[in-house]
Amino acid sequence: MSTVTLASRRRRAALRTLAFMSPWLVGFAVFFAYPLLSTVYFSFMHYDGFAAPTWSGGQNWGYVFEHYPLFWPALRNTLWLVLVTVTLRVVFGLGVGLLITKVRTGTGVFRTLFYLPYLAPPVAATMAFAFLLNPGTGPVDSLLEKAGLPAPGWFSDPAWSKPALTLLALWGIGDLMVVFMAALLDVPREQYEAAELDGASRWQRFRYVTLPAISPIVMFAVVTGVIQAMQCYTQPLVAGKVASGVIQGAGVQFEPGYPDRSTLTLPQLVYNLGFQRFDYGSACVVALVLFVLSMAFTALLMRRRGGLIQAGD
Amino acid sequence: MPEVIPSGVRRTAFALTASLALLTTACTGQSGAGATDDASKDTTINFWHAWSAPSEVKAVDSLVAGFEKAHPNIHVHVVGDMTDDKINQALRSGGDRAPDVISSFTTNNVGKFCSSGALVDLNPFFEKSHIDPATTFPKPMNEYTQYDGDRCAAPLLGDAYGLYYNKTAFAKAGIAHAPKTWSEFEADAKKLTVRRGDGYAQLGFMPDYHGWESTTEHYFGQFSPTYFDKRGKSAVAEDPAFEKGFTLQKRLVDELGGFRRLERFRATLGDEWGPRHPFHTGQVAMQLDGEWRLGMALDAKPKFEIGVAPLPVPDDQEGQHGKGYITGTIAGIAATSHKQNAAWELVKYMTTDTDAVVGFANGIHNVPSTLAALKSPKLKYDPRFKTFLDIAADPLSTTTPPSVNGGQYLVTIQQLGYDYESGKVTDLKAGLKKTAAQIDTDIAQAK
Repeated sequence: MSTVTLASRRRRAALRTLAFMSPWLVGFAVFFAYPLLSTVYFSFMHYDGFAAPTWSGGQNWGYVFEHYPLFWPALRNTLWLVLVTVTLRVVFGLGVGLLITKVRTGTGVFRTLFYLPYLAPPVAATMAFAFLLNPGTGPVDSLLEKAGLPAPGWFSDPAWSKPALTLLALWGIGDLMVVFMAALLDVPREQYEAAELDGASRWQRFRYVTLPAISPIVMFAVVTGVIQAMQCYTQPLVAGKVASGVIQGAGVQFEPGYPDRSTLTLPQLVYNLGFQRFDYGSACVVALVLFVLSMAFTALLMRRRGGLIQAGD
Repeated sequence: MPEVIPSGVRRTAFALTASLALLTTACTGQSGAGATDDASKDTTINFWHAWSAPSEVKAVDSLVAGFEKAHPNIHVHVVGDMTDDKINQALRSGGDRAPDVISSFTTNNVGKFCSSGALVDLNPFFEKSHIDPATTFPKPMNEYTQYDGDRCAAPLLGDAYGLYYNKTAFAKAGIAHAPKTWSEFEADAKKLTVRRGDGYAQLGFMPDYHGWESTTEHYFGQFSPTYFDKRGKSAVAEDPAFEKGFTLQKRLVDELGGFRRLERFRATLGDEWGPRHPFHTGQVAMQLDGEWRLGMALDAKPKFEIGVAPLPVPDDQEGQHGKGYITGTIAGIAATSHKQNAAWELVKYMTTDTDAVVGFANGIHNVPSTLAALKSPKLKYDPRFKTFLDIAADPLSTTTPPSVNGGQYLVTIQQLGYDYESGKVTDLKAGLKKTAAQIDTDIAQAK
């Protein structure tokens, strides 16, 4: 009797737990598990979106890794954006945040100036940048030439296209600036006063007071930055199209990555393979690579968080 | 809070995800609808097209109005400004709001549309209507609307590529007539080029492959290339036409100032579809372009006289001067449509009714897509437009063949063009072999 009661209690507890978890379970199943399992499934299938999929084994994997000429350049570019752009965005965002917290007059003006670019839609912002950096008519190169400095080809030169994208990313630093500013204003003043009394220099105050205090925010900025960089699609595509002179009209076939595949990213390949080439299987392979990379970066950062986030954070 | 997830929860979660995984296998694939509708009954069909300019939309509306007048029981819901990507999605999804009839600006997708079954085979419809496509459409248009025996599209107006030239600049440079061979073209391009500092006061010709319509297929049309051999393998490395075409283009790039200088100049030019197009402004003296450029150039009121001619041919093929590259818009019926007989009535009217084709060509300023319409006295055009009509009717004019993966092989060839003109690839023969291998691999992947 008591065993039956215990079993039914356990079952009721399990059901109750399940009921409480159900909103999450449904969300997890619909928005994560289903797409992920579908992606894995289709990566082994030949599927053009019209006829029923057929088993193709590892053909799509072999194609993407060995024969698809855009994959490795796109992977290299994506990793470049993750490492360089994310690092610079965090450093620049923190720097701007620090500067603005130190400004005594006109803080509102500076905050607005740095935040406004973030509000610009990505396509408009990229087109504006492509106009400013146009090597033939852009004001940036005109100024550089007048100053006797070399004028780069920016989005038209494979050596400069990624730095140009990074400049664009730094221009839209407003979101990070606000987050860092809030974190910096939250650091207890008495800790700075104590450090000053101990004779700490400005750098030491930053290193041993500010940085530990805002380390969770730095971590947040890095992780969200990595995810953003992994999903980078619009800006390189628009910049490449504008610089190449291709106006995307109906019927115009444009291979992304201009110039010389230097602005290719993995999300562009997913679109190119799946929706333009009707090769869903290979698109799923690239999507899975992107997923695994995102997970690996996040796991690596979380393992390293001990160095960034102090106990009690 | 339990420390571990209860086993019941774990089992439920597993069952849920597994069932969803199984669901994915059940949700795929579509079956095409049969042509079982009665086209004589009152019905409404959806027609998606890509035209967007007000004058073009007006021409489409006029075409459809003519159809509705001839078929009072069939009403057409027209949706314009549709890109190929949007059309592709709609063809997959189907449904009441999806198109029954589509038109696309590119012939490149025909192979994909046919092989995937996205558009229905029109052969039975043509047979039922006693229309022979081979005697109705010009040869290149007849070719680019079918793949592997499946005619999933019909030509809906065509595009012919020719040479626009600045007659005033020609006279100033002492050039008497438009070039007929590539050697003459090369010499003229150099004579017409006036350098100014690091740029140009006038460039004879913009040879870069990013110079808008200066794509590999448009150039190579003049060399009458064979893209695929009888086994369906890429002939890019075998047919000397490709090597000749690439060599000519690279020589033009080098002789006219080099890749970097030309690219820098290109960055200063207006866009292809705006009034500041470099041919309109006189910055470029010769332009490889389609028949629509004439109207656009005249609208821009240039300060020079516009000349039109067929593109040059290789020196050893001078007798073939007059041919050109042909492509165009295509129309087809969605496999998901449940009103395919009514849809066919619209496609038949738009693509084979001579007066309808002529009226539409007059409205859009494109080349008519039937042999009868090309000769119709109702065709209105500037005398210079006749050049494009002749190119379209020239039996030696060529097109690019449909492929199972659409125009991917053209993108691959174009990529070699970018690499070769910029100096990234120096060994052209090796580049052509690699390109051919890539094309074959891509096609094998798509099959």
